[in-house]
Amino acid sequence: MSHVVDLADTHLSPAVPPAGCGFRLVMKRTLRLLCCGLVILVGSARAAMPPAALSGLVADDSDEKIAAIQALASAEPESALIVLEALAKNLLMLAGGQLLIVEGESVTDAATGVKLAHVPDDAEAVTVNNRVRRELESTLAGLRLFAPDAAVRLEAAKELASGAEPASLPWIERALAQAKDPAERAQLELARARASLGSEDAKVRLSAVKTLAGSADPSVRALVAGRLVMDGERYVEADAAVRAAAADALRQIDRRFMLGDSLARVFSGVSLGSILLLAALGLAITYGVMGVINMAHGELLMVGAYTTYLTQGWFRAHLPDYVDFYVLAAIPLAFLAAALVGAIIERLVIRHLYGRTLETLLASWGVSLILIQAVRVVFGPQNMELSNPAWMSGGVELMPGLVLPWNRIVIVLFALIVLAGISAVMIRTRLGLYIRAVTQNRAMAGCVGVPTRRIDTLAFAIGAGIAGLGGVALSQIGNVGPDMGQGYIVDSFLVVVVGGVGQLAGAVLAALGLGIATKFLEGVAGAVVAKILVLIFIILFIQKRPQGLFALKGRFVEN
Amino acid sequence: MLLHQPSAVPRLLAATPRAGWIALAAFVLVMAVLLPASRLLLPEASPLHVSDYVVTLIGKILCYSVVAVAMGLVWGYAGILSLGHGLFFSLGGYAFGMYLMRQIGRDGSYHSDLPDFMVFLDWKALPWYWQGSDSFLWALLLALLVPGVIALVFGYFAFRSRIRGVYFSIITQALTFAAMLLFYRNETGFGGNNGFTDFKRILGYPITAPEMRLMLAGLSALLLMLTLVCARYLVTSRYGRVLAAIRDAESRVMFLGYQPLHYKLFVWTLSAVLCGLAGALYVPQVGIINPSEMSPANSIEIAIWVAVGGRGTLLGPALGAAAVNLAKSWFTVSFPDYWLFFLGLLFVLVTLFLPQGIVGMWQGLRAQRGRKRTAEPTIGSDQGREAQT
Repeated sequence: MSHVVDLADTHLSPAVPPAGCGFRLVMKRTLRLLCCGLVILVGSARAAMPPAALSGLVADDSDEKIAAIQALASAEPESALIVLEALAKNLLMLAGGQLLIVEGESVTDAATGVKLAHVPDDAEAVTVNNRVRRELESTLAGLRLFAPDAAVRLEAAKELASGAEPASLPWIERALAQAKDPAERAQLELARARASLGSEDAKVRLSAVKTLAGSADPSVRALVAGRLVMDGERYVEADAAVRAAAADALRQIDRRFMLGDSLARVFSGVSLGSILLLAALGLAITYGVMGVINMAHGELLMVGAYTTYLTQGWFRAHLPDYVDFYVLAAIPLAFLAAALVGAIIERLVIRHLYGRTLETLLASWGVSLILIQAVRVVFGPQNMELSNPAWMSGGVELMPGLVLPWNRIVIVLFALIVLAGISAVMIRTRLGLYIRAVTQNRAMAGCVGVPTRRIDTLAFAIGAGIAGLGGVALSQIGNVGPDMGQGYIVDSFLVVVVGGVGQLAGAVLAALGLGIATKFLEGVAGAVVAKILVLIFIILFIQKRPQGLFALKGRFVEN
Repeated sequence: MLLHQPSAVPRLLAATPRAGWIALAAFVLVMAVLLPASRLLLPEASPLHVSDYVVTLIGKILCYSVVAVAMGLVWGYAGILSLGHGLFFSLGGYAFGMYLMRQIGRDGSYHSDLPDFMVFLDWKALPWYWQGSDSFLWALLLALLVPGVIALVFGYFAFRSRIRGVYFSIITQALTFAAMLLFYRNETGFGGNNGFTDFKRILGYPITAPEMRLMLAGLSALLLMLTLVCARYLVTSRYGRVLAAIRDAESRVMFLGYQPLHYKLFVWTLSAVLCGLAGALYVPQVGIINPSEMSPANSIEIAIWVAVGGRGTLLGPALGAAAVNLAKSWFTVSFPDYWLFFLGLLFVLVTLFLPQGIVGMWQGLRAQRGRKRTAEPTIGSDQGREAQT
């Protein structure tokens, strides 16, 4: 790959002619920078620059250094970016009049971009003091606006949009003259408006305020609000038109904040809802089929989460290269592990208590105590350390201040997939048919040949397996510890109660509704009060609809 | 319906069989004479001398027994499994704890009129709900009223819409869980997660004096006896029989013209009030009350006391509470890691193999020998007759 860029063609400002020397004026050369700090420029080419431009950088005097930085920046923006970045990161070294960029093993000549085999013995680091560093940073911020990589330019423009000083105005103007990408332009406009808010000219201020109305940045809001403050008797902003525009801009920004806030709440509500759904789906099935509440359901989540933990450990030990995929491997394992534990519980305890629902409650509570204590003895009482795989960390920025974390997005999708899978099993397979039949009328199902007891075990195992899947999801966003499942039994039961027994659609609606309602109430009233309000709401809800949102149709004898 | 029955007092006396009265008299003798004598008169070296620790342990277990009997009333006789009785117990404890906090006076760490935690939170005055908390009688009244009113309101809404079975159980659990979260907050005004502690006096008398400890243990014993006698009266009355009928076939009882709501609500509220009283006696004896008493695990443990002792009996829950708590005291000292295994196994094994509990099993054995007494039919095993929908 040989991207060849002729500096002379791409320059904004004419290149300063080199002080006559034996160096080639423009050396065309492909360079692949390996250092990670400069990885943004990988693949781009650069031209050599005159050593005279660089010599000022090593001057002892700060003023001289600053002058050199500025000269370099205006003369050779593209190459200057590389050198100044290196300087800012303390990677620049001086060896016998030659400036070198030293990053780990890789050594390059700053002037030519030629790679060197090793660092010369007499190399000395070029240092910058704080004053120079400030100047360096602001120059770099401006320079990045002209980086060849569009992503870097956009990032730089965004950074300026959220913190541009009037001093950066010339940079911004020049970048605006050249920028084509609409997103980049929008950010630059914002940056310009921000920087020119303190302009002498009322017209400039007016247009700046109007532009800033389109921002959703909290710092912009403060800036605009600053226009409306009174300084003693007089307004900071003398011009009434600008003040009116500022007030209007403030309203627009606030509206955008509100929107962002609401969106964030809805998203965290959906995220909470999908966790609730994963926890409640299994409970809905077992409760629907057998009419019993398995108090150890939360501990089945825990089993799933610990399976994930063990899978991660195994991957780290045996397949370190594929450790990012341990979560995927954990999904079937957690399902099987939890399903197995569930089937054992059903065989050993639950089925012997058939028809004695309250005793089942107590017995399964006993099982949950045993499971918790067993995990505590085996793994210790502390929380386990699980790391998100790389593809689940980070997030998507929808708008400034609203970042949706990938792990939560993945969990919402995961919940949808599990839901689709379980619906398919319930609707399309014979097993699902049997489960629905037993849920609706156990005696009649038994009469027409459905093996009800075997269906009990299978349904219990499936419900437990789904809880295990919920455990995988939980392990990616919360703590994994012996007590992690305890809080979920009440919440998932409430989902089942509100949704209606034996109804997947009801569980989905109830989980999402409860999740979103909880998050909104939390914003208004705090987490504890929100929990109490939700509980009161549910008690009142049952008054109206004791069967939940979706009542099963069919013939029932209510005892 | 209680009023319709003539001559309540003789009925009250007759409700408990003679053997029961003899047992109660023996119990009074132990608690009112032997225990104080052995604590106060015998020298410490004597093998019959009991320490303050034992007196407190006995008092504590008696309080638990009251709670267990109260729970046995609603679960064994009305078929309502509450997983939130710890809430009523704690509320009674907190109500009386407020009085105990005020009795500290200026002897707290900050030497302020306000309880220490309020000084720590920089509160300048008592919140409104602390008004009157320096009065002993008001504190007692609160210990009765707060659990009672909350149970009444909650029960009214729950029973009115015929929430039963596991629905009711889980919702009571959610209730106590929510209350626990509320009490954990400092802003609630009950000392946050530290709760109330460092009590000094009751009615001006030092709380740690042996006489005071004996008095409190004696009062706990008295409360337990009263609870047992009244409960016996209640379950053998016509009311108690309707209650058992509701437990066994609620719809049928409704068709016969009874309103189950009133019956359930009465026993439910009574049970909560008893728990509140037990809590009020418990707190000065153990010297601390904090929100962890409201944790769902504590409440569900009450159910296992009843299950171990025997549902549908009155003495059973009291014995069950004593047995499980003695075991707990021993386990948590000797094998702390195995207590939860034991408790978990107890839950599983008792429900699987001992559905009638200890007392039920004993009754069953006696019945097998052919000398079946007519005193009280064994009840409690008939949950399954009504399929929960």
